[in-house]
Amino acid sequence: MLAETLLPNGWLHYLLGGLFIGAGTVVIYATTGITAGASTFLESTLSYVSKRSRFQQFRFTSTRDWRVVFTLGIVLGGAIYGLTVGEFGWTTEVQWWRLLFGGVLVGVGTRLGKGCTSGHGVCGVGSLSETSLVNVATFVGIAIGTAQVVMALGVTP
Amino acid sequence: MAEETRSDGERHPLFMPAILLGGVVFGFGLGLSRMYRPEVVLRFLQLSDMGLLLVMGGASAVAGIAFAVLSRTGRSAPLTGAQFGKRVKSLDRNVVLGGGIFGVGWGVSGICPGAAYASLGVGNVTIVYALVGMFAGAYLQGYVRSTDDTGAAEVPS
Repeated sequence: MLAETLLPNGWLHYLLGGLFIGAGTVVIYATTGITAGASTFLESTLSYVSKRSRFQQFRFTSTRDWRVVFTLGIVLGGAIYGLTVGEFGWTTEVQWWRLLFGGVLVGVGTRLGKGCTSGHGVCGVGSLSETSLVNVATFVGIAIGTAQVVMALGVTP
Repeated sequence: MAEETRSDGERHPLFMPAILLGGVVFGFGLGLSRMYRPEVVLRFLQLSDMGLLLVMGGASAVAGIAFAVLSRTGRSAPLTGAQFGKRVKSLDRNVVLGGGIFGVGWGVSGICPGAAYASLGVGNVTIVYALVGMFAGAYLQGYVRSTDDTGAAEVPS
């Protein structure tokens, strides 16, 4: 069956998880009007410790407190999942250097590109924002190409 | 767009609880959808499990419906007084360049900011490598970009 080829690990948890992710953004939007993304937390939090002009912009200093709360909420939500229906203490087998090196590029790219999978991918696509659609098409395409190269080089996991 | 308009002193007492609740629901969704596992994201990028499309599609559909409905009411957000609007970010070269860099990082590591926070909550201590990398990358781009005013007029979200 086609569905089993494309979705060998099932589909319901993916869809339900996506609906919860969307619901989380709606809770924030419906109460505050904010279309939140997860990556601005990186820069806004750096404003607490760096005096560089980039980090001291009003858009970071004026939102850094609630972005910390938003991120703590995400961590807490992950913990609630892990302790209830998930496996708390699960750890990735992806090698540390992939996480670190990939993480640096994610840090640079999400900030330079004005958002990530949540800001552009969920809120921006949901808004049918041209900027977000261009960004998402770019990062998904490049990421598939990169993952294919990494796989072809025989790097596992 | 849609930034909270009140200063810290007059913020609605339910502002932070609403942000926290939104983050918890968002993080729980990242758990349920298995996006906290770099392995699952990498399987999508290797084109062997298309589940991520259901996650992003479901999340952006929920967000998009709420954005469309609420922005048409002409009302403002109850906790901030901000007008309900869509996510507005300008489309320029950085959106494509940043998306490309993020794509390489996502393809190498299988991790993005929100999923990394949730992964930490699930108890995946190894993800700290990705988080350290993200902060380093965000600092690097902020350090470089502190010399100019690019993005200074960017609207927060």
